[in-house]
Amino acid sequence: MIINHPLLGPRDAAEFVYLGDASLIDRPDWQSDTAADDFYEYQYLRDNPAGETRELWFHEQGDRSWLVVTRNTLTHEITKVELARDVALAAGRDR
Amino acid sequence: MKYSGWKVLRQALGGNKGWEPVWRDPAPKPAYDIIVVGGGGHGLATAYYLAKEYGLTNVAVLEKSWLASGNAGRNTTIIRSNYLLPGNEPFYELSMKLWENLEQDFNYNAMVSQRGVVNLYHSDPQRDAFARRGNAMHMAGADAVLLDEQGIRELCPFLDFDNARFPVKGGLWQPRGGTARHDAVAWGYARGADQRGVDLIQNCEVTGFQVKNGRCIGVETARGPIAAKKVAVCVAGSSGRVMAQAGLRLPIESHVLQAFVSEGLKPIIPGVVTFGAGHFYISQSDKGGLVFGGDIDGYNTYAQRGNLPVVEDVCESGMALMPMIGRARLLRMWGGVMDMSMDGSPFIDKTSVDGLYFNGGWCYGGFKATPASGWCYAHLLAKDEPHPVATELRLDRFKRGHMIDEKGAGAQPNLH
Amino acid sequence: MSQPYRIVGGLVGRENLVSFRFNGKRFQGYRGDTLAAALIANGQRLVGRSFKYHRPRGIFSAGSEEPNAMVQLRHGAHLEPNTRATVTELYNGLEATSQNHRGSLEFDLMAVNDLLSPFLSAGFYYKTFMWPKSFWEKVYEPAIRASAGLGRLSGEEDPDSYDKGFLHCDVLVIGSGPAGLAAALAAGRAGARVILADEDFLLGGRLNAETLAVEDMSGAGWAAQTAQELAGLPNVRMMPRTTVYGAYDHGIYGALERRTDHLATSAGKPRQVLWRIYSKRAILCAGATERPIAFGNNDRPGVMLAGSVRAYVNRWGATPGRRVAVFTSNDDGWRTAQDLSAKGIEITAVIDSRDKPALASVPGAAIVMGGRVIDVAGRKGVTAIKLAKGQTIETDCLAVSGGWNPNVHLTCHQRSFPKWRDDIAAFIPGDEMPVGLTVAGAANGALSLGAALIQGTEAGHIAATDTGHTATSITPPWAEDEPRDTAAFWHVGESKARAWLDLQNDVTVKDVRQAGEEGFRSVEHLKRYTTLGMATDQGKTANVGALAIMAEATGKSIPETGTTIFRPPYTPVAIGAFAGRSRGKAFRPTRLTPSHKWAEEQKAVFVDAGMWLRAQWFPRAGETHWRQSVDREVLQTRASVGVCDVTTLGKIDVQGRDAAEFLNRVYANGFAKLPVGKVRYGLMLREDGMAMDDGTTARLSETHFVMTTTTANAVGVFRHMEFCRQCLWPGMDVHLISVTEQWAQIAVAGPNSRALLQKIVDDSHDLSNEAFPFMACGEVTLCGGVPGRLFRISFSGELAYEVAVPARYGDALMRALMKAGEAYDVVAYGTEALGVMRVEKGHAAGNELIGQTTARDLGMGRMVSKKKDSIGSILSERDALNREDGLALVGFVPVDRSEGLNSGAHFVSPGKEVTTENDEGWMTSVAFSPSLGHSIGLGFIKRGASRIGETVIAADPVRDRKVEVEIVSPHFIDPEGERLRA
Repeated sequence: MIINHPLLGPRDAAEFVYLGDASLIDRPDWQSDTAADDFYEYQYLRDNPAGETRELWFHEQGDRSWLVVTRNTLTHEITKVELARDVALAAGRDR
Repeated sequence: MKYSGWKVLRQALGGNKGWEPVWRDPAPKPAYDIIVVGGGGHGLATAYYLAKEYGLTNVAVLEKSWLASGNAGRNTTIIRSNYLLPGNEPFYELSMKLWENLEQDFNYNAMVSQRGVVNLYHSDPQRDAFARRGNAMHMAGADAVLLDEQGIRELCPFLDFDNARFPVKGGLWQPRGGTARHDAVAWGYARGADQRGVDLIQNCEVTGFQVKNGRCIGVETARGPIAAKKVAVCVAGSSGRVMAQAGLRLPIESHVLQAFVSEGLKPIIPGVVTFGAGHFYISQSDKGGLVFGGDIDGYNTYAQRGNLPVVEDVCESGMALMPMIGRARLLRMWGGVMDMSMDGSPFIDKTSVDGLYFNGGWCYGGFKATPASGWCYAHLLAKDEPHPVATELRLDRFKRGHMIDEKGAGAQPNLH
Repeated sequence: MSQPYRIVGGLVGRENLVSFRFNGKRFQGYRGDTLAAALIANGQRLVGRSFKYHRPRGIFSAGSEEPNAMVQLRHGAHLEPNTRATVTELYNGLEATSQNHRGSLEFDLMAVNDLLSPFLSAGFYYKTFMWPKSFWEKVYEPAIRASAGLGRLSGEEDPDSYDKGFLHCDVLVIGSGPAGLAAALAAGRAGARVILADEDFLLGGRLNAETLAVEDMSGAGWAAQTAQELAGLPNVRMMPRTTVYGAYDHGIYGALERRTDHLATSAGKPRQVLWRIYSKRAILCAGATERPIAFGNNDRPGVMLAGSVRAYVNRWGATPGRRVAVFTSNDDGWRTAQDLSAKGIEITAVIDSRDKPALASVPGAAIVMGGRVIDVAGRKGVTAIKLAKGQTIETDCLAVSGGWNPNVHLTCHQRSFPKWRDDIAAFIPGDEMPVGLTVAGAANGALSLGAALIQGTEAGHIAATDTGHTATSITPPWAEDEPRDTAAFWHVGESKARAWLDLQNDVTVKDVRQAGEEGFRSVEHLKRYTTLGMATDQGKTANVGALAIMAEATGKSIPETGTTIFRPPYTPVAIGAFAGRSRGKAFRPTRLTPSHKWAEEQKAVFVDAGMWLRAQWFPRAGETHWRQSVDREVLQTRASVGVCDVTTLGKIDVQGRDAAEFLNRVYANGFAKLPVGKVRYGLMLREDGMAMDDGTTARLSETHFVMTTTTANAVGVFRHMEFCRQCLWPGMDVHLISVTEQWAQIAVAGPNSRALLQKIVDDSHDLSNEAFPFMACGEVTLCGGVPGRLFRISFSGELAYEVAVPARYGDALMRALMKAGEAYDVVAYGTEALGVMRVEKGHAAGNELIGQTTARDLGMGRMVSKKKDSIGSILSERDALNREDGLALVGFVPVDRSEGLNSGAHFVSPGKEVTTENDEGWMTSVAFSPSLGHSIGLGFIKRGASRIGETVIAADPVRDRKVEVEIVSPHFIDPEGERLRA
């Protein structure tokens, strides 16, 4: 597979390490009353869609960017690649 | 029709014209006591044991394609019970004992061949981990032998002992491990279930669940609705998308595992050999093909195909371990979709929907589990309580913190 | 010697006589021959035995679809089993032997299987060999395995080398037949970067095997001229002898180039190169494969594909027979009769299954329209054929054509199903193609030459345009559209004798019918039950015929019956090629520590630690057992001072205004208030609450920290921290960089470590206990100005330091320490002594940090701060991880101190059976403690902390041992920690 890195252009997927669903960006609030359940669902449950999915890849053999890749799990077609940091900031994550 | 050498002789003399169909091709009935969703090895074994052990024969197995078209027919055929943790090992040892009597039990030669499985170690910490595991196997009644380098030289003289990047120091050997003819396992269970009255319905995809007042009362299928008192899902790599139809999210991701077979060669590899310093395991089939595999591709997918980096990685490991296979040619490569769970261990459990049961999360180890999976799932369905060796294979174990993580890799399915 | 079947013409180099051996017998052929062509020229008809029945077999085809003519090539470690004679380029000195027979090829003892064939019908083995049970593994299976396989491996290491390479192009053209050449020409002339790959050594595909014309020249001439023009284009790369074996995601193709297989020896050059080709567009011009017709004894040597017969005659000037009959269901078969006849070869008969007027007259040949061949005589070579109407025709070769199947293989590699086309009675590529791939020519069902040239040209033009090039002229070369009418005719129903579908695996029409009767009607069931299509040719000539017979048996159409897709590789690829250079010592990189050369000089014994090679111990003269060396290293370190290269520990530089807060989040214990100039031990959890890694982190300034990780987890921890930084807390001002390789780090431990360091560290630095106490850190200069860092940390439990210098000074630092340490009898210690000292001190390491244990298990539960947000803290609170009877890390000593201990032993209470139910934990690490004079161990046991003093059994059934052990504190040495604060 080829991942079109937003900064570096097309790179072989073998340069990257895969983590999993992009929902791993959405780490719950540790102080919430439902933190135990929230963290359980965050850590263990997956949509695992047959079709388009957003997922995290780390450019380990490259610039060490974490990317959010939108990819189809049936065809492997990649339709979007973003810097995970941008996605996280846009989702309101800060510090 | 009972199979035997005598029957083969009789048929041969009659021109092989009197063989009967191995299974019927029934139309679905409007309702069953139990519907098993998924006609793979586990689903067929479940149906077989429901009929044979519990006399439950008003049962249908619904298969979206042809029987055993998923991982049952695309694995590397290894059977073993060399697990570490108490949540797993007794279950896999039950499976091994069922393998050992399987053919006589279902009157079909599945070519269960106990030529041994050896996992190699290349360092002291690996040896320590294998000792721990071998002892756990003994404690569960399984067999395990911790071999040193000399023992491996005698068992597998064809390995690279003298020029290896990661020299072989020894191995954990399970002599009772081995291989079985994967298709025949599914066919044997299918035939046995069919003979006892189970309806095996092919080309019948389940497209939804009928849920009323929190209870599952049947399924929607490509061939119309079918009612059932209990619905038992057993769809391996398709677990995510099938259970999503019941609104359930699972601690499972779907990944592809590639497998490889070489051209047919005269026998040269005795049993199953697993590399400890790379991703590679190999055996040789009764037809002569080297059957081998390695790691999953590592990304989520429902496509039954993989990519080149893993192909090369597997062959590199193979050549590092046994450089005599360099001139053997890789004949065919294929992929199967694995239901990779969050701790690398499976589930045989009820779900939050009454009457809906789930069996899955087998990762790339489902084949060896086939008999025990069917046995324990049938027990759960018939008695509504888990089989004693499957009590830990529950869906809620992550919530409780009771992981069964053989590798210690944590909640990342592609690391298991 | 005389090549009796060689005729005039062809594209072989007659001036280059080549000699070779087959089964020890010497033959001659010409440069440009394949082994099969040369065997045909020499009249060698019997070349092998089939898999199951050991039937005599001859050459069947002229290409990579060959099911029969498999030989073992070369000898010794170069032995190459299952090699197709039909694609093996002849070279001087070639040695080949036939395979799969017991006794000679002519008199194969295993041929008895053929007589037993009624008992060996499809799937017979699933129905028998079950009684008595023990016989399967003792008798039946060994017998079955004894007859497994075709060729054999040498059992020796493959002596050849293989390379891997990467190529990029605009347009990859797969196949250099008429469509492929036209496509490459159109794209190449437009300026696109083109790769043209073909499995053959001669470009041109079927053009070289036919007598058809292109424009005003012979097809072969046009192919040669076009290849020459393409070779002259700087933007075109020609790759003959290159098989594109697989289509992968996003335009990536796998290709295998054979570099020295056509030479007597590789002479040290790579035998083959495995290419990964990155293409923007690809055009599949793989042509078509002829299929046979099934009839009685259609597997006899001399029964061949008609197109192959004329290929041998036209391209190689070798005739498979002197009196040749043709049996065809289509117009193309007639070309064989006409081409051979024109070359003066006698055509005995043309039998056409179709009831229509003869297409042509062939001099001397009986023309039988609506005819059927029902049987073939001649066990080791055709002598006569028998027709349905009773006629017998003497003939020594039967050329059979059942039509042509487009080579759709690569279109299926991403699981697209081909679709049926009635007019050519064949499957063509399906609708869902790999992205960027188009198909042209015969592979696309355009079976005539004229159409192939047009489709190729158009596909090449479109691919060039799509990749941003403009073509000036796109007139396709002109050629006639030869007649291609085909009947869907699969087998001769009148045949009584067995009729073969899969020649190599011996699957007959009857087997397919039986499979259907037994319910194995799905194509995949059929294949798996009968083994059809599973042989080395993957059913290239067999699958469609079998499908047709199943369709007929079940009363369905072929498309209703289904199709089976092809998987990579297109043709088999040597495993060695996939491995390339990554084998032997070069399997994976070896990382060396900065002091490696010095350690080698000390004759250190090395051990693999991941990719690293580390000194394990340093034997001295007179020491005969490793324990002697290790004990000495431990005792000398504890008595005076020892040094150890610890560079392999992961080092991560953490900088930024939020660096402290960041560390506070990734470590379970607090880091926010760590003062500048101090080091702290840190425990890192995974988000699931399990211990992930540990190490020390030093604060060099308000905004600058240096973290160490374990050797094993260095890469994973860095990745995890980048995840935290980029994905979880993107607003933090913090930056990470791995500096593992940039800093050499050496541990200096023992009561004299301060004294030793004072000789190395420049005088301006005060190393006194007051100025530089336990857990202090700072930047220093050494040896007169070399920049370095000093950390007062201890893994051994002694007064100890770790000193870091830029990696290039690592070797010099080690030598300087050893030199300066002479006064204190300094000792270098390896990983083994390091391990002993850490067990003596009770530190957790790799055997304890196994991803299955929590901070609580490790005795560090109280370190997990609940007052802050940190990775893993929430999920570490789950019930099952905090059970009263949970595991705890404690120490163990043998009750009988003279006994040794084993890692991996499990604990059970005395008197209890050694079973899973009674399992209470396991021994993780053991060592012989030279300081205490007996063995000690660390291990996890239920409720361990409250069981100090209790005796349990360490059961080790895999080593047949049971040792009574006492549970003790894990801190065997200096439990109060006085030494490290001294």
